[in-house]
Amino acid sequence: MNDPVPIYMLVIVGALMMGAYRVVYGRAARLVMPDVSGPVSTRAQPRHHARLAAALTGLIGVGVYLAGLSLRGPTPSASLDGLWLLACVAIPMLPMALSIRNVRPDFAARTHIERMAETGLMLLALVALLTTVGIVASLVFEATLFFQDVSILEFLFGTHWSPQTAIRAGESGQSGAFGAVPVFAGTFLITLIAMAVAGPIGLMVAIYLSEYASPRTRGIAKPVIEVLAGIPTVVYGFFALISVGPAIRDAAAWMGADVATQSSLAAGLVMGVMIIPLVSSLSDDVIRAVPQSLRDGSTALGATKSETLIRVVFRSALPGIIGAFLLAISRAIGETMIVVMAAGRAANLSANPFDAVTTVTVQIVALLTGDQVFDSPRTLAAFALGLVLFVITLLLNIGALAVVNRYRTRFE
Amino acid sequence: MSVDKDTRRGLFANPAVEARMRKRRGAERRFRAYGRAAVAFSIAALAWLLISIVSTGASAFTQHWVTLDLNLAPKDTDTIPNDRRRLADALAQAFDVPSNEETRRELLQIISASAATADIRQRHDEAMAIKITVPTSDLADQFLKGHIDPALPQGQRPITDRQISWIAILDAEGRINRRFNRGLFGNPDSRDPERAGLASAIFGSAMIILIAGALALPVGIGAAIYLDSFAPQTGWGGRLTRFLEVNINNLAAVPSIVFGLLGLAVFINFFGLQRSIPLVGGLVLALRMFPTIVIASRAALRVVPDSLTDSALSLGASPMQAVFNHRVPLAAPGMLTGSIIGMAQALGETAPLLMIGMVAFVTSVPSSPMDPATALPVQIFLWSGSAEAAWAERTSAAITVLLAILMIINGAAIIWRERLQRRRKL
Repeated sequence: MNDPVPIYMLVIVGALMMGAYRVVYGRAARLVMPDVSGPVSTRAQPRHHARLAAALTGLIGVGVYLAGLSLRGPTPSASLDGLWLLACVAIPMLPMALSIRNVRPDFAARTHIERMAETGLMLLALVALLTTVGIVASLVFEATLFFQDVSILEFLFGTHWSPQTAIRAGESGQSGAFGAVPVFAGTFLITLIAMAVAGPIGLMVAIYLSEYASPRTRGIAKPVIEVLAGIPTVVYGFFALISVGPAIRDAAAWMGADVATQSSLAAGLVMGVMIIPLVSSLSDDVIRAVPQSLRDGSTALGATKSETLIRVVFRSALPGIIGAFLLAISRAIGETMIVVMAAGRAANLSANPFDAVTTVTVQIVALLTGDQVFDSPRTLAAFALGLVLFVITLLLNIGALAVVNRYRTRFE
Repeated sequence: MSVDKDTRRGLFANPAVEARMRKRRGAERRFRAYGRAAVAFSIAALAWLLISIVSTGASAFTQHWVTLDLNLAPKDTDTIPNDRRRLADALAQAFDVPSNEETRRELLQIISASAATADIRQRHDEAMAIKITVPTSDLADQFLKGHIDPALPQGQRPITDRQISWIAILDAEGRINRRFNRGLFGNPDSRDPERAGLASAIFGSAMIILIAGALALPVGIGAAIYLDSFAPQTGWGGRLTRFLEVNINNLAAVPSIVFGLLGLAVFINFFGLQRSIPLVGGLVLALRMFPTIVIASRAALRVVPDSLTDSALSLGASPMQAVFNHRVPLAAPGMLTGSIIGMAQALGETAPLLMIGMVAFVTSVPSSPMDPATALPVQIFLWSGSAEAAWAERTSAAITVLLAILMIINGAAIIWRERLQRRRKL
C-alpha cells in the first residue's frame, strides 16, 4: 500500500467500467430492443449504450484518480489515501447511474459515444503539438536562464569554448568561456565531410539503381543499402572508433604523417556512410517523379542515357534533390553518437580534417553527463546549444519539406 | 574494314562525328561505372562494418574457465588481512613460488580475482582444501584466445613471462577449459571485463521499449486515424490539420538528442522523477517514436481505397463505423509493421538516454521501472570507452546481440505483415 502511484485504484476504476458495461448492456437489451413486431424506433444498439456508460465511468474515474494524485503528490499519506480511494469508487458511480437512467429507445447513445471517440482521437493528434510546445518551452526556458549569465552575443560569436575551466575555478559564467564558434565550426566541418561522402554517393546509388540496374540487382542492392539506415548510430560510432579511425591513422603514418585516432575525418566519413540510404531513397523518389515524356524527348533528340540523366532528369529533379540534401544535412548536424565516440572533445578551431574537433551534440553530451547540479551555467549551456541545434534543424527541415512539396506538385 | 560501318552510319560517318561519339560513349560508360562504384562502396562499407564487429566480438561468446585446487590458510585478521590475500597465498603455494607482493599481484591477474574472492567468502573461514571453478582474468582470456602475441618482448605486452608459464602449467594439467560465455547474458555490468554481462542492459532496454510502445502505439495510431479520416480539411480546422501534419513531419526529423533535453527538462527537472530509471527512458522514447508511428500508420491508411469507406457510408454506417470496421482493419498490417520498425529504431537510440542519465554504472538487474537501469545501446557506449582489448571484444559482442535483436524484430514484423495481408486477400 506504500505505492507512490497506487495502480490498484486504476484497477478498481477498470472494474467499475466493466461493471457499468455489463449492467447497462443487460438493461438495454431488455428495454431498447423490445420484441415488437411493429416499427421499431431505437436510436442505438445495446452495445452503444454500454460503451457510453463504460466510457463515462472510466473518464470520470481516471479524472478523479489523477486529481487525487496531483493533490497528494508522490508521498503516500494514510489519511488522504483512504479518502482518495473512496472518491475513486464513489464518484464514478454517478455517471454510471446516469447511464442506467438514460437507457431508453429514444436516447441516441451511438451519436454520443462517437462524438466522444472523435474528440478523443483529436486529443491524441494534439500530442504532436504538445511535444513541440514542450521542446520549445523547455529549451527556451533553460536557455533564457543561461543567457542571464552569458551574453547571447558572446555565446554566438565568441571564439573560445572551455566550459570546464569556468567550473573548476569556481567562477561565475560571466568570466567563463562560452564562445560557441569553435563548436559550430566543428559541426560544420564534420557535416561538410559527411555530405561530401553521402551526397554524390547517395545520388549515384539512386540513379544507378533506378535507371541502370537490372531488377535483380536492384532487388538485392536496395534492401542491403537500406540496412545501413537501420543500424543504430552507437554501432557506427564504435565502428569509427575501432576500425575507421585506426585505418586513417595507419594510412597517414604510412604517408609519414602523425594523426590521432579521433579525427573529424573518421567521424565525417562514417556519418556519410550512415546518411547514404537517406539521400538515396529520397533522391530515388524525386528521380522517379520526373515524367517519362521528358526522358523520351531527350532520347529522341539523340542524347545518350547519361546525357538525358544529367541534363534533363537531374535538372528537373534538382529542387527535390536539394530538399533531400537539406534533410540529410539536418540529420548530420543532429547526429550525436558517432561524433561523441569518434571526433573527440577538444574545441579546436581548425579546418584540418585530421584534427579532433567538437560539435554541438558532443558538447551537449559532455556538459550533461556525469553528476552535477542542474542550474550552473555549464549545464544550462547545453540547453542553449540544444536550442541552436533545434532551430537550425527545424529551419532545414521546413525548407526541405517546402522544396520537396513544391516539387511534388510541379509535374502533377 | 570501315566500309561496313560507313554503310551503317550513312550520312553521319565522318571522323569528327566518330571522335565525338567515342567521347560520348566513354562518358556514358564512366557514368555507369560511377554508379556501380557508388553501390559497391555502400555495400563494401556495410560489409566492412559487419565483418569488423562480428570478427572482434565472436570470441567474446566463449570464455576460458579455470578449475583450481587450493589449500586455504585460516582466516586470521592479524596476519592475513583478507580473503584476497588468502587466495593469493594459496595460489602461490599451488604454483610453488614465494609469496611476495609482486608475485601475488601477478598471480591475481591471471584468474578473475573478484569472482574467486566472492567464492571463498561464501565458504568457511578455517584452513581447508577447496576446489573452485572461476573465469580466467580478461588478461589470461585474451592470451588464451591468441589476441596477445607471446613473441613480443615482455615490456611490450601486458602479460609477463611468469604469467604465461603459469597459464601453460594450468593448461597442461587440463584445468583450463573454454565454454560458452553464459555470463555475457546473465550477469549485470561489472568493472571486471570477465564478469561483465548484458543482463541489466537487456532488461532495461526491454522495459524501456515496452513502456514506450505501450504509450506511443495507441496514441500514434489514434492520431494517424484522426488525421487520416476525421480531421477537418477546410477552414480554420483545415489549417490546424495541415499545421499538425507539418509539425509531425518536423518532429520526426528533430535530432533525437533534443528529445533527451526535453525529457531532462520536463520529466526530471520539472516533474521530479529520478534519473536513470526506465520509466523516464520509456517516456522519452515514446515521444521520439510517436511521429514515426504516425507517419508509418498514415502511409498504411492512405493506400486503403476510399471506395470501401464510401460504400460503408452509403449503406448507412456512421463515419466512425466505416473507419473502424472497414478502413482500419485493412490498414492494420501495414500500421503494425511500420510501428514495430519504428520501435526497433527506438531500441537503438542512445543519445536521448544519455541525456536523462542512463549512463549510471548499474551492477544489479532492475526489477521495476523505477529502479536505476541501463539500456543495451548505452551499455555499448559505456564499454566502448574502456581501453583494454577485452572490453573491445565485449563491446563488439554486445553490438552483435543488439543487431541480432533488431534483425529478429524487423524480420518478424515483415513476415507478420505478409501473413496478415495474405489472409486479408482470401
